[in-house]
Amino acid sequence: MNYLLLSLIKTAVVVGVLMHTLAYLQWIERKVIAHVQLRVGPRRVGPHGLLQPLADVIKLITKEGMMPSHVNKVFYLLAPFIAVTFALISISVIPFGPIINVGGVKTGMELTDLNIGILFILGISGMGVYGVALAGWASNNKYALLGGLRSSAQMISYELPMALAIASPLLILNTLSFRQIVEKQSFYYFGFIPNWSIFHSPFPQIFAFLIFVIAAFAETNRVPFDLPEAENELVAGFHTEYSSMKFASFFMAEYANMVTVSCVATLLFLGGWQPPFPVQYGSGYIPVIIHLIAALVCFYHAANPARPFDRITLPVFGVLFLVIAGVFLIPVLQPVLLPLFWFGAKVGAILFVFIWIRATLPRFRYDQLMKFAWLFLFPVAMINLFATSLAVALTAK
Amino acid sequence: MTKELFEEHVATIPATQEPPASPSAPRRMTLNMGPQHPSTHGVLRIVLELEGEIIIKADPDIGFLHTGIEKECEQKFWQQVVTLTDRVDYLANLSNNLVYALAVEKLLQLEIPPRAQWMRVMLTELSRLNSHLVWLGTHALDIGAMTVFFYCFREREDILRIFEMFSGQRMMTSYIRIGGLALEPPRGWQQAVGKFIRAFPSKVDEYEELLNANPIWLRRTKGVGFISLEDMLDLGITGPMIRAAGVPMDLRKTQPYSSYDKFDFKVATHTDNDVWGRYRVRLTEMRESANIIRQALEGMPDGPWRADSPHVLLPDREKMKTQMEALIYHFKIVTEGFRVPKGEVYQCIESPRGEIGYYIVSDGTSKPYRVHMRTPSFGNLQGLPKMLEGILIADSIAALGSMDFVLGDTDR
Repeated sequence: MNYLLLSLIKTAVVVGVLMHTLAYLQWIERKVIAHVQLRVGPRRVGPHGLLQPLADVIKLITKEGMMPSHVNKVFYLLAPFIAVTFALISISVIPFGPIINVGGVKTGMELTDLNIGILFILGISGMGVYGVALAGWASNNKYALLGGLRSSAQMISYELPMALAIASPLLILNTLSFRQIVEKQSFYYFGFIPNWSIFHSPFPQIFAFLIFVIAAFAETNRVPFDLPEAENELVAGFHTEYSSMKFASFFMAEYANMVTVSCVATLLFLGGWQPPFPVQYGSGYIPVIIHLIAALVCFYHAANPARPFDRITLPVFGVLFLVIAGVFLIPVLQPVLLPLFWFGAKVGAILFVFIWIRATLPRFRYDQLMKFAWLFLFPVAMINLFATSLAVALTAK
Repeated sequence: MTKELFEEHVATIPATQEPPASPSAPRRMTLNMGPQHPSTHGVLRIVLELEGEIIIKADPDIGFLHTGIEKECEQKFWQQVVTLTDRVDYLANLSNNLVYALAVEKLLQLEIPPRAQWMRVMLTELSRLNSHLVWLGTHALDIGAMTVFFYCFREREDILRIFEMFSGQRMMTSYIRIGGLALEPPRGWQQAVGKFIRAFPSKVDEYEELLNANPIWLRRTKGVGFISLEDMLDLGITGPMIRAAGVPMDLRKTQPYSSYDKFDFKVATHTDNDVWGRYRVRLTEMRESANIIRQALEGMPDGPWRADSPHVLLPDREKMKTQMEALIYHFKIVTEGFRVPKGEVYQCIESPRGEIGYYIVSDGTSKPYRVHMRTPSFGNLQGLPKMLEGILIADSIAALGSMDFVLGDTDR
């Protein structure tokens, strides 16, 4: 098949899925936080507020794009563009599943299999800070400036422990390509403990994983490290002067970054699309069971509706889950769907932690954040790297 | 304001960025925080002078919410002023009702029956809980913990329902009037208050579980917002702030009013004198208030719910239909108010924020000659520059929140 055509199709699929993920990630975040906080979240637009993202997008696009007169126009317009571009680019090297065979065409489930994929992502995410810093500076607003300064300092500081945390599993896996990284995590110890990086011999990378996740929170400006946009101190931080789609770009960049770091964590530490226990023990039936349980929950709540509408909407969702459960049983589709399911489940679990933490924790202070990075996270990452390299060197053949 | 006057005024405003004193001195930035800032809890404006993120000078600018309530009091009959006191501190409105009623009753030398006194205690303690819950929620929100806010407002909602049950109003209750209460306590109030008060201590446990052992919360509150005890005494800071400095100053204990001496409760103190100490003091106070409400609920005396003084209090509707005197009293009180003997009085009570005192002068007519309010928020806010200087912007938010001021209370 024509390489160009194949690439175009894959790009369309990835962009479509990514954009919907970003939009609905925000819906999920609002729902989860609402339920933590004894609220119900969006419910008005569509059943259970499912069309809320669409409404938000329409609102943000049709709003007037205000540009204050005191800004530096070039960089003010450039900043959201930089932020969103570099946030979206990194998804291009992330594989979502193994090499599949669709109608005689063999292709990997990613846009491109770069042999230095992980370095590419590190480089690109380092560029993302320019968007925030420029926005803070070009807005010519004191709150925005403080937000931009904080952000630059924070993202640069946390890149270091993040890179060190990434380096140690790479020492064990001995490759920089995401596809090979996942393939090297594919077998099982004693037949059931997965050989993911966090369980990997000779030195389990559980500490590297934790450091990576903490640094990822800081890199993506999420609670408890959301100082650049600390709304109670700096009003809205670096995007105080932005409105309409320019504001939405920053918003999208933040969520795209969240998705990217969750994907990287999954690929590097959690075995990518490998199931948590072998197929011969029935891991292929887990998605079916999960969707069946979801369907049962829907039917149960439809029978005991909390609101009148639930009597109609929840059975529809239940039937939908039943259909999905059935689809997972079709043998032809299983090699495509099962890896996608495991990849999606792991990324989703990490994203859920992001949201959960946001609903629970207070915010760090600026100096405490820096101290945490340089006096705790960085030394621990260093020690972990040394220990890993020592273990790798001692066990080398 | 004419144009010349306006220009003259503009000329006196200093330039936002003054040139540094010497070339080597770091350039300072003047940051205007408020009056529309998410964390100044209303319309407080603070002009901050910053070196980096460190506050060198803090200059609070109050008066954006000035409503002229003190002056307006002089235009109203004595009994009408009660509705104005609600608007002073809208989070602890019953405390303001109570202090005004107590002051006027002192001038009138009215004897309040025990049932009304106990009811007043119970309701002001509920309004103390209301105020502390709003404080805890917004304070935690300022520091970044979103969820506590919603938990606190869940309980606040229950309290507001109780207020609505008593008075028909959720916020501006005006329930405590001169001579007693506005209405007879409604049927079933024991069940409503009892249900709330049985559940409440476990809710406080819930907040403490979220915050007490949270390392980020501890780091953000411990050692932040210190102000020396001498400064506090000089500036007239009262309430939980001075109790957090270790001074057991609580007017409910030291100058008992409205039969507070019949209740068994402890004065919460702490020695840290920082944001953490104030947080601990207020949480302990919430437990003590719940304790007082339970005692009031269990030991509520029987009897009339207002004083027996027909020339001050409106008569019952039933009496008006059968007795001529009642109709005359009603007509007189409604049309020309009642006269209060000549004199002056200062009455203070412990509001959730500290000492609230009303200084009232009567010239013997049916309207007050002067009502001066010594409000705790105004006193506590005087410590702001001392508290903010030398700390980070992020800490200033925690320190501001720990002061628990209400701008309506500050500006009157």
